[in-house]
Amino acid sequence: MAGKPKLYYFDGRGKMESVRWLLAAAGVEFEEELLETREQYEKLLQDGALMFQQVPMVEIDGMKLVQTRAILNYIAATHNLCGRDLKERALIDMYVEGTTDLMQLILMFPFLSAEDKEKQHALIVQKATNRYFPAYEKVLRDHGQDYLVGNQFSWADIHLFEAILMVEEKKCDVLSEFPQLQMFKARISNMPRIKKFLEPGSQRKPIPDDKYVETVRRVLQMYYNVKASV
Amino acid sequence: MELTELESSLREQAIRTSLMAGKPKLYYFNGRGRMESVRWLLAAAGIEFVEEFLETREQYEKLLQDGALLFQQVPMVEIDGMKMVQTRAILGYIAAKHNLYGKNLKERALIDMYVEGTRDLMDLIRVHHKFSSEEQEKNLALINERATARYFPVYEKVLKDHGTEFLVGNQLTWADVQLIEAILMVEEKVSTILSKFPLLQDFKTRMCNIPTIKKFLQPGSQRKPPPDESYVVTANRVFNRK
Repeated sequence: MAGKPKLYYFDGRGKMESVRWLLAAAGVEFEEELLETREQYEKLLQDGALMFQQVPMVEIDGMKLVQTRAILNYIAATHNLCGRDLKERALIDMYVEGTTDLMQLILMFPFLSAEDKEKQHALIVQKATNRYFPAYEKVLRDHGQDYLVGNQFSWADIHLFEAILMVEEKKCDVLSEFPQLQMFKARISNMPRIKKFLEPGSQRKPIPDDKYVETVRRVLQMYYNVKASV
Repeated sequence: MELTELESSLREQAIRTSLMAGKPKLYYFNGRGRMESVRWLLAAAGIEFVEEFLETREQYEKLLQDGALLFQQVPMVEIDGMKMVQTRAILGYIAAKHNLYGKNLKERALIDMYVEGTRDLMDLIRVHHKFSSEEQEKNLALINERATARYFPVYEKVLKDHGTEFLVGNQLTWADVQLIEAILMVEEKVSTILSKFPLLQDFKTRMCNIPTIKKFLQPGSQRKPPPDESYVVTANRVFNRK
C-alpha cells in the first residue's frame, strides 16, 4: 500500500528491531519484506536499492534509506521524537548511542560459539549493570521526570525500553538495583502503542534462534566466525 | 597604577581563560582515534577549540570520579555548558549548530547515510594499528576493497548524478567534511586509491582549498598524525589494557 514505510530485512530482530520499535511507538503502520534467500538479496543489489550493499533498508517518503541510525533519525525527526531544540537533541543522541552500544553486544550473541556465548553473557550483564543502567538511573533520579529528556516522550525512551527488555531476557532480575528504571519500564509498558506492540501478533520479532542465524548466513554469506567482544 | 610581575601574569592568565571560556574543550589522547572527526568538523566550521590530552591513568580516573564521562568513555567534549560524549552525538550537535546538517529532514537523512558510510570505512583504518602484521595485511586488503567497491563508488555517483560541488544540497555539510577526512586517511594506506574516481579527485582538490580546511591541513594545526607506537602505549596505559 502506498504511504506505508516498507522494511527490508530478515525475519528477525537484528538491527531492524529498533526501527520496528520506533515506528510502533510513533503509531506508524509499516510493511515488511522478509529476506529468506540469497536471490532476493542479489536482486536488491542489482536493482541498486542498497546504497552500501547492506540491510537494513527502509523505503520511506520516496527514499530508500539505509544505515540504521539514518533511518531512526529520520523517523524520530518526522514524528516529533527528537526533542525541542539542539540541546535536547544532543542529550537524546548521547543516550541513544549508549543504548545502541549496549544492544550491539546482544546483537551478535546468537552468532557466537557456545563458549563465547558464556563470555558475552557475562559482558552484557556487567556493562548493563556497571556502565549503562547506572547512567540512565541517575538521569531519571536527578530530574525526577517521567521521561529521559525534556519531560516528554522521545526516541531515547523507546530505545532504552527496548534495551531493558533485551537485557532482561538475558538476566531477568537485572533491574533489581535500579528502582527508577523499574518505574520507567512500567510507565513505558503502559503506553497504548507500546502495549499493543508487546502483544502477540504484533510485528515485534522474537529472540533470535538458530533458524535466524542460518538465514542471515545464507543470505549474506557472512558472519560465520563471529567472536565475543573483548 | 603599576602592576607587579605576579599581578601582571595573573591578569594575563585571567584574560586568556576568559577568552578560552567560549571554546569547546576536547578530552582525548594526543592522537587521532575517534576524536579526529570532531577536530575536522570544528576546524572546517572555523571553530577554535582547546584540548586536554590524556596521558596518565590518574587523569582518566579523575574524570571518572568527577562524573564527567557519562558512559566512562572518551571522546568527551565540553561545549555550550554540556559534557558531551559519544562521537556521533558530538558531531551531530556541532553540525546542526554550525549549519552543516542540511536545510531539511531529507537532506539530513542523506547526510546521515553518507556519514555512516564514511564512518564505517574510517573505522577499518582506526583500528588498523592494533592488529598483528599478518592481520594488517588482510585488513589493508579489506580497506582497499571496501573503499573501491563499496564506498567511493557511491560518492562518485552522487557527485556525478547531480553535478554539484558538494554531496548534499549544493553547500558544504558534515558529509563533505567527513568524506575528505576519509579520503585522506585511505590515501595514507593506499596512495592510489582515487585513481578510478575522477570526480572524487576534483572533490578532494576543491575541499583542500577551502580556507578553513587548508589551514587545518598545514603543519602546526591541531590535526593529529597517524597513530604510532607511543599512541598505542599511552591508550593502553590509560585504559589498563595489556
